Amino acid sequence: MQRNVLEYLEQIVKQVPDKTAYANEEMGYTFRQVYDYSRSIGTCLNKGSFYKEPVVVFMGKHPREIVTFYGVIYSSNYYVPIDEEMPWHRIELIFENLKPRVVICDSSTCQRLEQLSFHGEILLYEELIAYASEGSVLDGIRDRQLDTDPIYIVFTSGSTGVPKGVVACHRSVIDYVDTLSDILGINQGTVFGMQVPLYVDACLKELYPTLKFGATAYLIPKNLFSFPLQLVKFLNEHKINTVCWVVSALTMISSFGALEKEIPEYLHTVAFGSEVFPMKQYHLWRKHLPRARFINLYGPTEATGMSCYYEVDREFTDGELLPIGKPFRNKEIILLDENNLVPEQGAEGEICIRGTGLTLGYYNNFDKTNEAFVQNPLNKVYPELIYRTGDIGKLNEHGELMFVSRKDNQIKHMGHRIELGEIESAANQLEEIKCACAVFDQIKKKIILYYVGELSKAQMALSLKEKLPRYMIPNIIEDLEEMPLTSNGKLDRVLLRERYQNKNQTCSS
Amino acid sequence: MEIIIEILSGLHPEVDFETMDTLIDNKILDSFDIVSIVSDISDEFDITIPVEEIVPKNFNSAKALYAMVERLSEE
Repeated sequence: MQRNVLEYLEQIVKQVPDKTAYANEEMGYTFRQVYDYSRSIGTCLNKGSFYKEPVVVFMGKHPREIVTFYGVIYSSNYYVPIDEEMPWHRIELIFENLKPRVVICDSSTCQRLEQLSFHGEILLYEELIAYASEGSVLDGIRDRQLDTDPIYIVFTSGSTGVPKGVVACHRSVIDYVDTLSDILGINQGTVFGMQVPLYVDACLKELYPTLKFGATAYLIPKNLFSFPLQLVKFLNEHKINTVCWVVSALTMISSFGALEKEIPEYLHTVAFGSEVFPMKQYHLWRKHLPRARFINLYGPTEATGMSCYYEVDREFTDGELLPIGKPFRNKEIILLDENNLVPEQGAEGEICIRGTGLTLGYYNNFDKTNEAFVQNPLNKVYPELIYRTGDIGKLNEHGELMFVSRKDNQIKHMGHRIELGEIESAANQLEEIKCACAVFDQIKKKIILYYVGELSKAQMALSLKEKLPRYMIPNIIEDLEEMPLTSNGKLDRVLLRERYQNKNQTCSS
Repeated sequence: MEIIIEILSGLHPEVDFETMDTLIDNKILDSFDIVSIVSDISDEFDITIPVEEIVPKNFNSAKALYAMVERLSEE
């Protein structure tokens, strides 16, 4: 039985050692290089006495970052990717939670790290891969490893302003990769075009199936996602046939009319998720790629990657929504109403997930873990955890799961999961601010921040950029004389949202 | 030109768009901004921006955006 995700690598390197595994627009690593370099990194971490602890990987989006992940796994530590563009304030919060003893950098990120008051060891990628690997050391580590040992931590937005680190183990990732590969139809001919950053669990979709089947994954430069024709050219140049993108990346191509000029001619599998695919844009894709498969994916980070899928198999009209479909093999979706009972067929309930795919919980945070990973209320006879997603769903007349809404103030913006509370918390920490409230315009996909306080909008924007990642920065900032409150003294988000929408209507009429 | 500065300032109030000419090269504008700008400019100037024009050099400065709008308005 497979106990370690690296068994994928160890199998495939025997079969296709010289094939390109991971590449970008400039370079690529073969499976042999991925194998050799990650074993060097693993050996070196072991010599440094790092074992079963978080290893921060602070690098730019590059194939060497992926190699570093595997190196960390070889040493039986767990990788924690931190984005080079993440603001310091957020990195500090993450470091407070992790208390890491070691960070791996590359030559381009090493200097930035010096700005941080980090007293642990800093290792340089270029030096690590030059280290001689020792098979006996790595075999010894492997013998002691369990499939329930962690392999990574990824951080997700927290409503109180503190990010939460989701810890996943070998078992849940293997479970996910095996099922996902079947759904997407991955094989050795698969060429992935990777859009998602490496610091979210969404990148599991490309990283591990590439190892399992000897496929190839291209990391697409981020700036191409602003320029649709260049992006399509990149896809064609590298003969990319499979993508798993956030919806906004796909709609950027179709809404600008790029498909009328040039189609991604090799693309046969289009998976997407994280947000609702606007039907008009979906139809444009379908029209231009009539033979491609379109697969809607859904799942929270806490249940390892994706948990539900729907492959489009019928016509939809413009007013309809794509279902999120049915659960992955070996995962179960349970809908629970407010009394923790299964609602009637077709009625709404909270989407809860059961199965091996559940992650281990939030790192160094038992309170938050115990709130979301709870005993299955339908099981009164033995311990069994479910993860409560906070998403509301229902079954349609075909028995397919439909996403309805959120229970709380979490939103999806440009594919990222964001707690509006985290944005408010960043604004409220500023001395000049009396009160701040963030709302989300679902139609135009804009985050609007309202605040009361002695600070100009430009200063507010600047301050937020120091605290929040780029994708959380409000798209519109408005100052107010007074914050509207509901009758029981809470921020009146509904009124603010209405006010924003009314104002927009007056402007455009 | 003023309208363009206004559109850009709405997205990034802290940037001096009169002088900045590396909006793409310095990653000041991201894909979300490009989508907003194209939509706002199309509405304000009543023009359609063809996809061939959505290239980095047309978005690197307010001046470049303005030149593109002028060119498209004449056609």
